[in-house]
Amino acid sequence: MEFSRRETLAMGLGAAVLTVLPFRVNAAAEDMIAEFTGGADLSDSGVELTAPEIAENGNTVPISVSAPGATAIMVLATGNPTPGVATFNFGPGAASQSASTRIRLAGTQDVVAVAKLADGSFAKASAAVKVTIGGCGG
Amino acid sequence: MNYKAMTAIAAALTLPMAAFAEPDDDTLVVNDEIQMVTKTAAPAHLSDVMDEVMSGWHFRSDETQALQMDDFENPAMVFVDQAMEAWDTADGSEGKSCASCHEDVETSMKGVRAVYPKWNEQAGEVRTLAMQINDCRENQMGAKKWKYTGGDMAAMEALISVQSRGMPVNVAIDGPVQATWEKGKEMYYTRTGQLELSCANCHEDSYGMMIRADHLSQGQINGFPTYRLKNAKLNTVHARFKGCVRDTRAETYKPGSDDFIALELYVASRGNGLSVEGPSVRN
Amino acid sequence: MASGVKPRVKVPKKAAAGEAVTIKTLISHKMESGQRKDKEGNAIPRSIINRFTCEFNGTMVIDVTMEPAISTNPYMEFEATVPEAGDFKFTWYDDDGSVYDTSKSIKMA
Repeated sequence: MEFSRRETLAMGLGAAVLTVLPFRVNAAAEDMIAEFTGGADLSDSGVELTAPEIAENGNTVPISVSAPGATAIMVLATGNPTPGVATFNFGPGAASQSASTRIRLAGTQDVVAVAKLADGSFAKASAAVKVTIGGCGG
Repeated sequence: MNYKAMTAIAAALTLPMAAFAEPDDDTLVVNDEIQMVTKTAAPAHLSDVMDEVMSGWHFRSDETQALQMDDFENPAMVFVDQAMEAWDTADGSEGKSCASCHEDVETSMKGVRAVYPKWNEQAGEVRTLAMQINDCRENQMGAKKWKYTGGDMAAMEALISVQSRGMPVNVAIDGPVQATWEKGKEMYYTRTGQLELSCANCHEDSYGMMIRADHLSQGQINGFPTYRLKNAKLNTVHARFKGCVRDTRAETYKPGSDDFIALELYVASRGNGLSVEGPSVRN
Repeated sequence: MASGVKPRVKVPKKAAAGEAVTIKTLISHKMESGQRKDKEGNAIPRSIINRFTCEFNGTMVIDVTMEPAISTNPYMEFEATVPEAGDFKFTWYDDDGSVYDTSKSIKMA
C-alpha cells in the first residue's frame, strides 16, 4: 500500500489528535484530580459516566455517574472556566453509589468523573459532549 | 485519504444529522397517564398549506423530551408550585385571592387554557389568558397588574394550563373574533425586519430544517408557557414572539399589544387539535 | 435568604424493609455562576447553593459539594436504602448562609 505525502500527514495528525484527546484535561482540572486522588493512579474501570453525545443547550445537560462501592465521585467539566462541577459523597444510607444531575457546559468538551473506590483506589471515566449553538437567537 | 473514504466519512457524518433534524415519531405521555396528541390533522383553515400539525416536542432531543414526560423531571413545575401558593394568597385592596372566587383550581380552571385567547362579551374584546388574569387582579382583587411576561404571570399561566393538559386546543376563529384572527393571519404571512422574514418563512415553509444547529419547529404554542433550557425559566408566548420578531431584525411589538394578541389568537388556532402541553420543556 | 427558593422532593410513600428507593429533588435557585456580567460590564457575584445533603433517620445517604457548573434550579437524583420507617431530611446550603430544608416520611409497606 502506498501513501501520498498528504495522506501520511493526515494520518499523522489523526493519530496525534487521537493520542492527545483523552488527556485534553486542562491544568486546573488536573490539579483538582490530583488533589482528590493524592496523585494515585487512575484505573479505567470502576466508574461510569453517562452524558448525551449532543446537548441541545449547554445550560442544562443531564449527566449520571455510577461507581459501585465508591465512597465519592468527583465530576469535572474540563472545558469550563472553572472545571469543578460536583462531588458526590455517599454515606451508609445510599442504596447505590450513583447519582444524576444537570450541569452547565460552556462549550463542546470532555466531562470527567473520578471515583474513589471501596478499596481506596481511583478510577476515571470521561465523555465527550458536543454543545450546539441555538437558532437565530443563539 | 481517497475520495471514496472522504465520501464515506462525509455520509456517516451527515446521515445522523439529517435524521436528527426531522421531527421524530416518539409518543408523549406525561406521568404515565396523560396521553398527548402531538401530531394531528391540520385544522380546516390550514388545509391548503399543510396536512399535519405537530408539537414542538417532536423537534427536540431525547434528553429534552424526557424532561417533559414526568412532572418531577420538568423544572417548570417548581413555578407551578409557586403559583399554587399565589392562588391561595390574598392580594390587593379587596382582601381576595384567586381561590376566593374560583375555589379549587383543578376544577374551576379545567379546560380554560384550551380555549384562550377568546372573546369577552362584557369587555367587547379578544382576551388572552394573561389579560384575564390581570383583569381579575385589578378589578376583582384590587391588586396591581402583573408584568405581562413576568415570572408571576408565567407561573400563573402554567398553573392554569396544567388543568387542561391533554385536552385539545380549541380556540374559536369566527364570530366576534374573526377580524382579530384575520389580522393575526396577515401578520403571520407578512415579512418583517432587515432579514425580511415572516413567521411562515420559518415555521410553515421550513419546519424540520436546521437553523444553524437548531431544528425549526412549526412554532406551535400549545406548550406555552414553556421552560427553556436556554434561560432556565418559564417563557410566555408574547416574550417568545418578541424574540422571534427581534431576530428578523425588526422593531418588535410590545407584549400585550393588540398586534401580539391578534398573532397569539391566529397562532393558537394553527394548533387547534393538538393537546394543551403547557408547561412544556424546550431548548 | 435568596427570594423564591422552593424545594421539591419526590420520595415513595411506602417501601419494604431494606428496599432501595429512588429519590428526586429539585430546588428553585438561580445558581448565579460568578462568570456573568451585568449591562454595565460589572461581574455579577457568585451566588449558588454549594452543598446538598440527604439523611435518613440520622444516617447520611448522600452529601454533595456543588460548584457553579450545576444548572439553575438544581436537580439531584439518587438511591437510598430504607431499613425501617422514618424520615428523610434534605438540606441545601446557600452561599449567602441561608439553609433550606424539608423532610419526607416513608412507611413500611
